[in-house]
Amino acid sequence: MSTLVRDTGTVFRRALRTSLRNPAWLVISLLQPVLYIVLFGPLLEPIAGQLGGANAYQVFVPGILVQLGLFGTAFVGFSLIAEYRAGVIESQRVSPAPRAALLLGRVLRDVLVLAVQGVVLVLVAVPFGLDASVGGVALTIVLVAVLGGSLAAVSYALALTLKSEDAFAPLLNVVLFPVLLLSGILLPMTLAPGWLQTVSDLVPFKHVVDGARALFAGDFGAPDVGWGVLFTVLFAGLGAWYGTSQFRKESG
Amino acid sequence: MITGVIHARGLSRTFRKKRGKQSAEVRAVAGVDLDVEAGEIVGFLGPNGAGKTTTMRMLTTLLAPTAGTATVAGCDLLTDPVGVRRRIGYVSQAGSTAPENRAGEELVSHARLYGVSTAEATTRGKELFAELDLDGLWERQPKAMSGGQRRRLDIAMGLVHVPGLVFLDEPTTGLDPQARANLWGHIEALRRDRGTTVFLTTHYLDEADALCDRVLVIDKGTIVASGTPDALKSSVGGDLLTVTAASAGESAGIADRMAGLPGAEAPQVDGDRVTCRVPAGGSALVALLRDLDAAGIEVAGVESRRPSLDDVFLTVTGRSLRDGEHPAEPAPAEEALP
Repeated sequence: MSTLVRDTGTVFRRALRTSLRNPAWLVISLLQPVLYIVLFGPLLEPIAGQLGGANAYQVFVPGILVQLGLFGTAFVGFSLIAEYRAGVIESQRVSPAPRAALLLGRVLRDVLVLAVQGVVLVLVAVPFGLDASVGGVALTIVLVAVLGGSLAAVSYALALTLKSEDAFAPLLNVVLFPVLLLSGILLPMTLAPGWLQTVSDLVPFKHVVDGARALFAGDFGAPDVGWGVLFTVLFAGLGAWYGTSQFRKESG
Repeated sequence: MITGVIHARGLSRTFRKKRGKQSAEVRAVAGVDLDVEAGEIVGFLGPNGAGKTTTMRMLTTLLAPTAGTATVAGCDLLTDPVGVRRRIGYVSQAGSTAPENRAGEELVSHARLYGVSTAEATTRGKELFAELDLDGLWERQPKAMSGGQRRRLDIAMGLVHVPGLVFLDEPTTGLDPQARANLWGHIEALRRDRGTTVFLTTHYLDEADALCDRVLVIDKGTIVASGTPDALKSSVGGDLLTVTAASAGESAGIADRMAGLPGAEAPQVDGDRVTCRVPAGGSALVALLRDLDAAGIEVAGVESRRPSLDDVFLTVTGRSLRDGEHPAEPAPAEEALP
């Protein structure tokens, strides 16, 4: 166990250093959600009542946080393909480090980056009029960070399987775009017609978004919070299992 | 414990390859037996696709064999891969460092995965940088290094945990001649100064010849010949003597005298050129020249050439190593003209 912790730490520090060497990426991935807050958020202010909340940002910011979690981490596999090409993955796989450490170290870096970006995003929304439960915001950031970490693990595993940017990019777009639309990230699905609501109920991320909205409103006991947490935990387990199995697998 | 540092029996690897709807089995490595003793530099020589890298990837735990057993650095490959990993160094063809990170940081971070402390890794890393002529490049990004420097950095990465056995996959591919010769010197120094056992793959004949104590020739997944470079070359049938006559009319006389050399094979005459294989080219040449001089036969040129490892490959496989993985092609058209 101690080697797992030690080697996860080593891989984490190295991954973080690599990210900090290229800060442009961290800024670019934060830019899109910030632009949503600044340029799209004001459009929602007049219709706050229809959105189901007194404060438009209380409804909008949780969605944008989940979006950051989805898009910020789903693409991390690209960096792994670059590392694979540079021989880094193979040279680490020949070391005695536990395979889980090679994955977890990288995922932890992504979780940390995501949490910092989430805090920045919330702080940007405050001057625009965000009014939310502080505890709820903190819990949402934790939830999004865990969800993002699971997605990062899946992204790494897919990248290791495909080993090609040309195959990886279309796959992500095909999966993520419908998920984005059906999760009610930009507008709550309660505005949707019946059939669309039914379809979106099948998308687990929608429940995370609804759970995050309830947390922002301070409604900790809402069923959506329970579903959101449950789904996030399940997804984390799946991500850890799938990711580690791919790192353990031989690369033929 | 087994004394040899690599002891493999019947090592095999089969891949499934899809062609359209059908999938076919490809035997990349078919029953390789090999033994490497401590302190040896052993080369695995063969064309691209012969199974060199697949064998090395199996021995370094990166690829599970489909059949066979092996002990590497005292640990069983199949039951104790982590033990193998702890004791070996591996330098792949692909490199080992991120282009943007600092060389020294990459080295220390890699050593940490072997449980080496940061302080110890820094000391060892700086020693390795000095040994491998990388002084002053500790803070350099690999992307700003030359090809030769990057390869030496990869070797440093493979050695920072002081393994007794190091695997080098095509260490000099893509390097210019000067950088290659320089790297050979460093590989020899590994054995001389550290007692490291080196197992390398190469498709360069001169590399196997200059660097290796023993060469294993692999073709289509099987080892087809093995021995010291000299023994392998001697097995081809001796040195090739070539004498160019001053005029084509003298060729027959030269061939007669060549045939009389001790142990000579039947001479071949091609215009003014007469060739023949003899056991020891140097002394045979001296005797032949004396003989021809006494007989008053004039020659325009003489040459004695030792067989190359390519001749060895040609003898055992019927193909030249330079043909790569393709079967020998038909003779070029101009040779068919009169």
